[in-house]
Amino acid sequence: MKAILTFATAASIAFVGSAMAQEDFSANLKARQGQFRILAINLGILGDMAKGKMDYDAAAAEAAAHSIHGVSMVHQAALWPEGSDNMSIDGTRALPMIWDDFADFSSKWDALGTAAENLVSVAGTGREAIGPALGQIGGTCKACHDTYRASAN
Amino acid sequence: MKNKLGILLALVAVGSGVAWGVLRASPVDEDRFAALSGNPDNGQTVFTAAGCASCHHAPDAEKDAKLILTGGQKFPSDFGTFIAPNISSDPVHGIGGWSLTEFASAVTKGVSPDGAHYYPAFPYTSYTKMTDQDVVDLWAYMQTLPASDAPSQPHEVGFPFNIRASLGGWKLLFMSDEWVVQNVSTEAETKGRYLVEALAHCGECHSPRNALGGLDRNNWLAGAPNPAGDGRIPALTPNQLDWASEDIAYYLESGFTPDFDSVGGHMVEVVDNFAKLSAEDRTAVAQYLKALPTAD
Repeated sequence: MKAILTFATAASIAFVGSAMAQEDFSANLKARQGQFRILAINLGILGDMAKGKMDYDAAAAEAAAHSIHGVSMVHQAALWPEGSDNMSIDGTRALPMIWDDFADFSSKWDALGTAAENLVSVAGTGREAIGPALGQIGGTCKACHDTYRASAN
Repeated sequence: MKNKLGILLALVAVGSGVAWGVLRASPVDEDRFAALSGNPDNGQTVFTAAGCASCHHAPDAEKDAKLILTGGQKFPSDFGTFIAPNISSDPVHGIGGWSLTEFASAVTKGVSPDGAHYYPAFPYTSYTKMTDQDVVDLWAYMQTLPASDAPSQPHEVGFPFNIRASLGGWKLLFMSDEWVVQNVSTEAETKGRYLVEALAHCGECHSPRNALGGLDRNNWLAGAPNPAGDGRIPALTPNQLDWASEDIAYYLESGFTPDFDSVGGHMVEVVDNFAKLSAEDRTAVAQYLKALPTAD
């Protein structure tokens, strides 16, 4: 009897413990995944111009570049609370390694900001300038995803 | 697993007995390359397309340091963990002391200078289709790269896979210098086939393997589990990958998918390499992929 009680107590403590650990990060996930969507849509506009799928339009290119730059200015710390990694919760590909070196993670985001500033300065100057500037942006995406994002499926 | 073991032990028995002559590691002929001279400029292109540095640079190397082929990256598999060796120009710890014949034997036949079989984690089953001129050029280029005196580390491979003689049987069963896609109709597809099947060795990750680790040529580029355990390597056949040809070429140049997600994992290294090749090369790969037969 005593053994059963002890077991039940231990089990309930464990249950409460895990329930407490399971915080609700859904707003954080929506925010951070939404910002990547905004990036993707605007990169798509510029990419289609670079590829020649869409006619070059200086105003539209600058608008897209400004949107990308705007997203890059969102401070990331509030969107990535500890425990919101793919081992702890569903619906994310964020690797726990992000929180092992959050300063490095942040510097990868800052690199996107630098590339976005360059994109803003060249987007209106002509179609030829867009490809290389996008290449820089892509480099910053890769640099971060390579270390901090799990593969799809 | 038990099955795997049984078959392998049988191969070992065959390898060490009756058919020793067939299974031994034989190098390429000395005079095969006698008439050719190496062009390091083209060798650099071959080196990039073949992705040599992607596996042989030090685990934490970035930018120019990736040209120091010091080895040390780990490649887990069902058979153990392979550790890329030092293939820098160092004469003691790298391959700087090798002859052209020894280099060609390693790259195109998976045979070491002392006559042992290499594990096929080294994609010589793809490189065996490399043209002789490209082999010679590659060697000319690799001798210009910096030396590293870091010793190679032994692979972490247990019994029975640590018996290298059994690889003679493996090669007999699974190594072929025939093209997987026999029918290509345009010059671009032919070039793309050479890039995909020989140099860039795409099939090594994007095609499934059988229980013994041989590539399933009937499901060529039809996708496969990731040996590193992280997700699945996607299919490249047109029924699975519905990207337009120019989208594939753009992905290889920029790392952006058609919906502007970005490349990840080991493919980052592959895109870095393809970005350095010509636009014609990237288009050729795309054309070849679009013409692939649909897997069963």
